[in-house]
Amino acid sequence: MTELEGAQPGSSQESTTRVLQVELLISNLLRIGVVASLSFVVVGTALSFLHHPDYLSSSTALAGLTELGTPFPHTLPDIVAGVRDLREQSIVIVGLLLLIATPVMRVAVSIFAFVYQGNRVFAVITTVVLSLLILSFVLGQTI
Amino acid sequence: MTPLQFTLFVLLISVGAGVLGSLLGLGGGIIVIPALTLLFKIDIHYAIGASIVSVIATSSGAAAAYVREGMTNLRVAMVLEIATTSGALTGAYLAGRFSDRWLYVIFAVVMAYSSLMMFRKRRQIAVGLTKSAPWADFLRLHGSYYDQALGKEINYRVVSTRIGLGLMYIAGIVSGLLGIGSGALKVTAMDLAMGLPIKVSSATSNFMIGVTAAASAGVFFMRGDIDPFVAAPVATGVLVGATVGSRLLGRLDSSTIRIVFIAVLLFIAAQMMLKGVLG
Repeated sequence: MTELEGAQPGSSQESTTRVLQVELLISNLLRIGVVASLSFVVVGTALSFLHHPDYLSSSTALAGLTELGTPFPHTLPDIVAGVRDLREQSIVIVGLLLLIATPVMRVAVSIFAFVYQGNRVFAVITTVVLSLLILSFVLGQTI
Repeated sequence: MTPLQFTLFVLLISVGAGVLGSLLGLGGGIIVIPALTLLFKIDIHYAIGASIVSVIATSSGAAAAYVREGMTNLRVAMVLEIATTSGALTGAYLAGRFSDRWLYVIFAVVMAYSSLMMFRKRRQIAVGLTKSAPWADFLRLHGSYYDQALGKEINYRVVSTRIGLGLMYIAGIVSGLLGIGSGALKVTAMDLAMGLPIKVSSATSNFMIGVTAAASAGVFFMRGDIDPFVAAPVATGVLVGATVGSRLLGRLDSSTIRIVFIAVLLFIAAQMMLKGVLG
């Protein structure tokens, strides 16, 4: 059997514990993101059926919800206003935005996690990934 | 069809997409997009918007469990994410400069060839590669995972990190150009080139696809391509499916996963070939 971990300094008991802590942290972060977004999406969807009883029987209502050009908020002020008025679409969108933000948060938190581990190489690697993510987001807006 | 029926049907299909996606390291777009456009006549823009949401849902839903179980190789994922994100940037820059039809044909051939290569090594579990791997040694990418089906810890060595990075860069370009999750390419690269066990490849790909999709999802959202009424049942169903699927991966036989993956690869290849030929 070959030595798999590589005989580098710092691969002690202490650092193994820290690696496990980081894995648990990332796992918990993903779980929290998923549960939070799921709650918003489910509550919003439930509200939309509560507010519009015709959604249960009308066969013409669907087109108005899913055809291209259907109005729904996609700017921050609209969404905030919508959530304040308990509008179902805005609540669902908050859930979807939480879902989209979860992987980005995961990368950001990993940077701190690697710094905590004292793993400089991986802290740099993860910082580069986050920068590229932000860059593609900014560039994507202009396309 | 009433909105309620729509929500329930889409929910059900999305649960299936989530299970399959979490097992194979794919985003579920191959199920969600055709289902929404063909069965429910949803506009392709909203279908792609919902599929991006589905990729993130599969990724985060399954990764929570895979990371905790030590199935995901976090180090490999972080290193390769540099290549996928810069590839996605390049792809977005190149978009419109290439004929999409040729790209579809090329990737159909690549997928078909990969499925053949995978079929050849379908019985292998861990590759006891003795090839030297200076990059993987330096970055300490080698790892191990507990295989529930075999009831023992499997050690594996990671090789060809640079080739892996190159392939991931190409996978990133493809997702930037064609708007597909490219989980299939990621799993193939890790499995065939880098020597990761199929379960680790799948879990690690799962972990990675969410990050690439998140960048495009933000843009899609601002463009108004993510319709909450379409995306809500997709997100809910896929999250539930991915959670179920992530409990299955460890218990399933590696060769079973490989066979299902090969079948899905061939299906994607056929889909892409059709798009390329018919335009």
